[in-house]
Amino acid sequence: MSEMVLLGDEAVALGAVHAGLTAAYAYPGTPSTEITEYLIRYQRTHQRPIAQWCANEKTAYEEALGVSYAGRRTLVSMKHVGLNVAADPFMNSALISINGGLVVAVADDPGMHSSQNEQDTRLFADFARVICLEPASHQQAYDMTREAFDLSERFHIPIVLRLVTRLAHSRGNVMVTQARAENPLSTSSDPASWILLPANARRQWRALLDRQPDLQRYTATTPHNTVSGTGSGTDVGVITTGLARNYYLENLDDLSAPPAHLHIGAYPFPADLIRSFVGGLRRVLVLEEGYPYLERALRGIVAPSFEIQGRESGHVPPDGELNPDIVRASLGLPVRQGLAIESLKLPPRPPQLCAGCPHGDSFHAVTAALAGFPDAVVTSDIGCYTLGALPPYNAIQSCVCMGASIGMAKGAAEAGMHPVVAVIGDSTFLHSGMTPLLDAVTQDTPMTLLILDNKTVGMTGGQPTIRPSSELEGLVRALGVPDGHLHVVEAHPRHDARNTDLLRRELEHRGLSVIIAVRECLETIKRSKQEQAAAVAV
Amino acid sequence: MKFDIIVAGVGGQGVLSVSSIIASSAMHEGLSVKQSEVHGMSQRGGEVQANLRLSDKPIASDLIPRATASLVLSMEPLESLRYLPYLSATGTVLTATDAVTNFADYPDLEGLLVRIRALPRAILIDAERLAKQAGSARATNMVMVGAASGLLPIRFDTIEHFVRTLFAAKGAKVVETNLKALAAGRDAAAAS
Repeated sequence: MSEMVLLGDEAVALGAVHAGLTAAYAYPGTPSTEITEYLIRYQRTHQRPIAQWCANEKTAYEEALGVSYAGRRTLVSMKHVGLNVAADPFMNSALISINGGLVVAVADDPGMHSSQNEQDTRLFADFARVICLEPASHQQAYDMTREAFDLSERFHIPIVLRLVTRLAHSRGNVMVTQARAENPLSTSSDPASWILLPANARRQWRALLDRQPDLQRYTATTPHNTVSGTGSGTDVGVITTGLARNYYLENLDDLSAPPAHLHIGAYPFPADLIRSFVGGLRRVLVLEEGYPYLERALRGIVAPSFEIQGRESGHVPPDGELNPDIVRASLGLPVRQGLAIESLKLPPRPPQLCAGCPHGDSFHAVTAALAGFPDAVVTSDIGCYTLGALPPYNAIQSCVCMGASIGMAKGAAEAGMHPVVAVIGDSTFLHSGMTPLLDAVTQDTPMTLLILDNKTVGMTGGQPTIRPSSELEGLVRALGVPDGHLHVVEAHPRHDARNTDLLRRELEHRGLSVIIAVRECLETIKRSKQEQAAAVAV
Repeated sequence: MKFDIIVAGVGGQGVLSVSSIIASSAMHEGLSVKQSEVHGMSQRGGEVQANLRLSDKPIASDLIPRATASLVLSMEPLESLRYLPYLSATGTVLTATDAVTNFADYPDLEGLLVRIRALPRAILIDAERLAKQAGSARATNMVMVGAASGLLPIRFDTIEHFVRTLFAAKGAKVVETNLKALAAGRDAAAAS
C-alpha cells in the first residue's frame, strides 16, 4: 500500500496496470489523453503494458477486442465523442462472450470545455446493456478500474468506466494496492459467440438479456451505490451521481436539516434500492453531472406521487457542467456574492493560434485565393486549426466531427456550390479523412482539399501522428488523387504568393485537387528541443 | 483549516507549474490537496486557471465555491480580476503586474492596477523585474510562488525543497536562480 497523487486519468491508468493490463489502445481526445500518455511513459520504464496510439477509436477498440479474444486484459480510452467513432465494435462487443477483461474508459466533457457536445456516456452503456462504473473521486477512479476488469471477466461483457473533465484533469490522493499479474494467453470457452452470424447473434442477445438480473444483483449490492440518512425522519431526499456528490457534500454543512441521500456510482440503476429510497419521500432532488438520465427514468411517463427536482424542472440548469454554486442554489441555500468591482468590464481572452503557427500562413493563403468568391465554401475539421473560425482569420465555415470536412465539401460541391475547399489536419486526415477522400476520388468531385500537415496531433498536446508526415503524399496518391492535382507545399510566409496562386489554379480546376501544406508545429519543435536538452543534462 | 487558491493566468504562463509546486509542498506536510486544471482548447493563449484546494480534512469538491477562496494568485493583472467572485471577504488578490496583451480589447493597464490596489487585500508584484534580477525572466513563476508563500499554510523551507527538486536536473545555477527568485517574491510581498 502506498499513497500517490495522481490526475483522475492517471488513477485509471495505474489502476489498469495494477489489474494486470496487457495492452492499452487509444486515440488522443481531451480529457482522456493523459490515460494513454501515462501508460506510454510507464511502458518506457517497465517494458509493460503495450500502450499505443491508434489511427482512430474504432481501430483502437477492435485491437482491444483482439487482446480480449486472446484471454488477456485490455483498456481502450477515448473522449465521449470518440465512443461515437467506436460505437460499431462497442455495441457488438456486448453480444460477444468477452474473454480477457475489456474496459472502455470514456471521459465525458460536461460544459464542452474542449468538445462539440456534452453527450453522456452512461446512456451508451445502457444502450449496449453493459455495466457502467462512474467514479466520484480519484480513489474510486483507481479502485473502480481494477474492479472493472474483474467484472468484465465475471460477466463476459465490456465494462464502461465513465469519467468527466473535472475528475480526469484534477489531481488528488490515491492509495494504491498490490498489483496483480497479467492473464496468460487463453482461448475463449465460447468460440461461437465471437461470430455474430444471425443465428449466433440471436442466441447471444438473448443470453445478454438473460444476464441482466445478474448485473442488477451486482448493482443492488455494490458499495458504489450507497444510502445515508434515511432514518432521520426527513421526507426530502437527494440522489447524486458522479461528481455531483462532491458538490452536494461541499454544501451539506450549511443545510439545517440534512436530507436523505442516495449516491449512485454503478449502473444499471439499482431499481429496488431507488424504490425503497424514494418510498416515503415527498420530494427528491436529482443531481447528475451529465444528462438528466436518472431523473428521466424516475419521472417516467406516468408521474410519480413525489415531486422530482432536477434539470427538467428548472431547479438545475438544463445544460452545462455542475459546480458547487449551482448545486448550492438547487438546495435552496442563499447564493454567495464574493467580491466584485463596480462597472468593470472584463473582456474575454479568446484562445488563438500560437504566434508564427503554420496554420496562420495556410489560412492567409486560403483567404487570399478566395478573394472575389463571396459564395465560397470552406469546410473544416477538429484540431488547433478550428481556431481559424475566429478573428483575425474568419476563414472556415464548419466543424462538426472528425473527418467531416472532406465529406461535407463533397456534398456541398455536388449540390452546386463553387468554389469548395476542405481544410483538415494531418492527424484528423489519418483518423477519418481517407475514406471520404475515396468517395471524392471516385466522383472526381470539383473541390480542393487542403491538408494542414504540422507533423503532430496538436490540440491534444502534441502526440505523434500514426504515420509520419513524409508518408502523406504517397498515401494520398495511392488513394487515387491524380498527380497533376496533388501538390506538396511549405506553409511559410515566404511562399505566400506562390501558395495563393497554386490554390487559385486548383480552385478553377473542376475536379478533385489536394494540396498538402507542410510545416512542423512550433510547440512540438520547442518541446523536442527541451527534451533533448534535458537528456544531455542528465 | 482550509485554504482555497485560484491560480490564474494566460495559456503558456506556467499556471499549472505554480499550482504543482504549492500542491506538492502542501501534500508533503500532510495536507489534503485537490488541484483541478483545464487542458485543450482552453490553453491556446486563452484564460487558464487552476482550482487548488488545501485542507487538513478530506476535500469534497474539486472546484472552489464562490466567495470562499483565500487567495487569487495570478500571473497576469487582467486575469486576477476575473476571479473576484470567488474571493472571500477576507481573501487576498496577489498578482504580477506585467500584462499579456495578446488580443485587441485589452483594457488600460494602469486603470486595472489602480482598481486592484483599491481592493481590501491586494499585493502587486513586479515579478518579471524581480526574476531578471535573480538571474532569469523564466523564474517569474518562482517569484510568484515566493510572493504567495507568506500567506500559505505551508513552511517556506518545504517550498524551497520542492523548487530544488523541480530544477535539480537543470543544474546548480538554475536551482540557485529559482531559489533567489522565490526569496525575492517572498520579500517583495512582505514589504508591500
